[in-house]
Amino acid sequence: MESVWTRLESLLPHVQKPARYIGCEDGSQHPVHGSGKVSWLLTYPDTYEVGLPNQGLQILYEILNERPDAVAERSYAPWSDLEALMRSEGLPLFSVDNHLAATDFDLIAFNLSAELVYTNVLNCVDLAGIAVRSANRNDSDPLIAIGGHCTFNPEPLADFVDLVVLGDGEEVVGEITEVVAEWKRNGKGPGTREGVLRTLASVPGVYVPSLYEVSYDGPAIVEVSPKYSDVPERVEKRTIADLGDWPYPKSQLVPLTEVVHDRLNVEVFRGCTRGCRFCQAGMITRPVRERPAEQVKSMITNGLRRTGYDEVSLTSLSTADFSGIDQVIRDTVSEPGCDQVSVALPSLRVDAFTVGIAAQIQRARRTGLTFAPEAGSWRLRQVINKLISEDDLFEAVESAYSQGWRRVKLYFLTGLPTETDPDTLGIADLAQRCAEIGRAHNRSASVTVSVGGFVPKSNTPFQWFGQNTSAELGRKIGMLRDATRRNRAVQLKWHDPKATLIEGIASRGDRRIGAAIEYVWRHGGVFQEWSEHFNHDLWLEAMAACGLDIDWYVHRHRTEQEILPWDHLSAGLHKDFLWQDWRDALDQVGLEDCRWTPCYDCGACTGYGIEHVVASATPPAGGSQGTGVRQAPEPLIPATLQVRAAAAVPST
Amino acid sequence: MRIRLKFTKFGKVRFTSHRDVARMWERAVRRSGLPMAYSEGFNPRPRLSFGLALSTCHESQSEYLDIDIDPERADQIDMAEILSVLTQHLPDGLAAVGAEVITRKTPSLQQAVTSCTWQIDVIETDEETAAGAVARALAADELVVTRQRKGKEVTDDLRPQLIGIDILGPTEDGVRIVAELGTKPRSIRPSELLSVFEPPLRERRVTRLNQWITDDLGERREPIVCRSVASAAVGAT
Ligand code: SF4
Repeated sequence: MESVWTRLESLLPHVQKPARYIGCEDGSQHPVHGSGKVSWLLTYPDTYEVGLPNQGLQILYEILNERPDAVAERSYAPWSDLEALMRSEGLPLFSVDNHLAATDFDLIAFNLSAELVYTNVLNCVDLAGIAVRSANRNDSDPLIAIGGHCTFNPEPLADFVDLVVLGDGEEVVGEITEVVAEWKRNGKGPGTREGVLRTLASVPGVYVPSLYEVSYDGPAIVEVSPKYSDVPERVEKRTIADLGDWPYPKSQLVPLTEVVHDRLNVEVFRGCTRGCRFCQAGMITRPVRERPAEQVKSMITNGLRRTGYDEVSLTSLSTADFSGIDQVIRDTVSEPGCDQVSVALPSLRVDAFTVGIAAQIQRARRTGLTFAPEAGSWRLRQVINKLISEDDLFEAVESAYSQGWRRVKLYFLTGLPTETDPDTLGIADLAQRCAEIGRAHNRSASVTVSVGGFVPKSNTPFQWFGQNTSAELGRKIGMLRDATRRNRAVQLKWHDPKATLIEGIASRGDRRIGAAIEYVWRHGGVFQEWSEHFNHDLWLEAMAACGLDIDWYVHRHRTEQEILPWDHLSAGLHKDFLWQDWRDALDQVGLEDCRWTPCYDCGACTGYGIEHVVASATPPAGGSQGTGVRQAPEPLIPATLQVRAAAAVPST
Repeated sequence: MRIRLKFTKFGKVRFTSHRDVARMWERAVRRSGLPMAYSEGFNPRPRLSFGLALSTCHESQSEYLDIDIDPERADQIDMAEILSVLTQHLPDGLAAVGAEVITRKTPSLQQAVTSCTWQIDVIETDEETAAGAVARALAADELVVTRQRKGKEVTDDLRPQLIGIDILGPTEDGVRIVAELGTKPRSIRPSELLSVFEPPLRERRVTRLNQWITDDLGERREPIVCRSVASAAVGAT
């Protein structure tokens, strides 16, 4: 085992941003490998700037390195310039900590958060010098694992990976380590690879695709069945019961070079039961598990002191829902030494209460606030179960502009189930009315509207819905452009419908899609989530070359009886709950948050014998709280502006 | 109150940019608890001013920056401790090696520094070839480089900026050169010097050894007089 650093060092003067490849972050570790230790290479299949801040990867990095029987290092996809030099010099994929070759590790585990990175996974495995198809690997090759949100439909990658982890990784990485340690002790001899995979398949939360047989009738799946009786028919996700037991990362990595989200991140809760029907993250991470407020506070203060950051982001799927959020924030900003610190809430709930919180903490840079109404009409918001009333939105926006914000950003989806042109045009209407509210406060007030095409995801009520074609999405975006063109206060941005189409292929594809992914990769299609590299035509060519019908995979509505490619994998949600929720959606029936109302028995708690961990049994104050009905009395937080003496108050 | 600091940059961290180094200093100063002065406005930042930028991939044993201290808390500063406290909060490869209190009237580093001494290791050549190239450069009346500026080609004569140059001897895979290059009206980069040689030379590793301030009388001195400079080995990884 020898460091590749000196070979890499001579290449770095010839590439862009060489600091991507040096490691050396504050918080990075240089673990000592040994025969008694299982070594993990935690890999993010995108650039360093995008991958470094990933919290899931950092959590596992620390948990594994704390174990006496494991070591973990990190790797990121090298940008094309370095990749070309690595290939010509024969330099393999490497870790950034000890700069070891990827093949020096027992496992290479990828974190997948988006479908368009799939070709990068193949590229990284190939750069490591390992066969991309799992069937062609040698016994002693590292095991290729994947985890992260995309693994709730891992089938498009089934032929390329050895194992898949479903759900929270905190506990299961230890169990996998123990199985691999045993294999390592016994010398990883010839013919033992399938054996270790079979043992791994018995670890709850671990799915080994090669141990399942898929049979088809024409395009339809007839059955997915385990090849052996000791392999489970259905793989359940892992869920940690109490986030308070896992105060990670304890030493968040502080990079030496610029990355996205370059600040302290503290996860305040995991899971979300707002029940937005389009949102896979919310569905697959149930139930809600809050971190104890005291632990949140100590993670903030220790983290700021340790890192020297001046900004902390409180992360979750809907941070304003954290019990006692205003108190936590008040305590943070009043902590001695934190007087220069700004707090970011990545996801604002749409109501004036939330804006009141934001006003307390966003003392600096009061430039833009973001809200996500997601759909343009109340009717459609009932379909998607995002029960924000127009009043909620207008009060939130009024509150924002009146407290000095000049720009409001609104996120919407288009191509949602049952969407009609009036629903779509409702987006333009809402935006223009928000801009009017803004102009009453500030002549330069503006609204930025960001529209993304909807991609149905597995394990959600919309998994049966046929995605809009890119032509249809393009038509809707064109309609919105026409409707907003003359209003200079409204700026429209949109996601490329062609990229939405390709995401749709991988999102609900089955194993046969793997051939197209490999085709795209073999024809140079990497970094597909980067617009300068995205190659729509290559994907169409790949689908045609592999005899795969895009219409069938992407645009077709599924039926209740159909066997879906991920039916043997469970996020805890009962299929009949999801089907009922899909029918409710079509009937425009909303569903309240089960945190504060009786359980619907979706399965996420009831199936695993766990429950919500929330400090307060009553919904937070303000707005209609996702019920569409005004909650009385209205406890609006008085908008106290805590501006430092040195800073000027924004003129409103 | 303003303090001028001298620091070194060696090893892996040399692959970070000038901007990256500025951010590392900002965090280190914040973590060290030094009573800094902050800029005014919505987004207060500690007031740090850096000298001449060092190119990404180059090492240095003499970088400088000036930091402003909050005048009301200036008595909290312990000049005996400041170097070790700061170094402790900087990443491996960056170390504070000198500090001096300066006045607000002290000209800024950008204005004051007039030349730099560089150690340049070149490869794919031998001592004789390099010596020939250096001798030809010294004998030339002008050394013209062409560069792009705002989309137009501009030519500069480097000869007046080549203050001194010497061959130190062979290295494992080439030759070590030391050169003093002027910074006025603009800083000449070692790579530009290598490009004007006949034949051009290829750099392997470049280290800034000194920055100099030459006054009107021709006296040359460094931006601060260090009481104790940590003996950083040049070229160490
Ligand atoms: S099992 Fe009940 S309480 Fe738990 S997430 Fe599902 S509906 Fe909510």
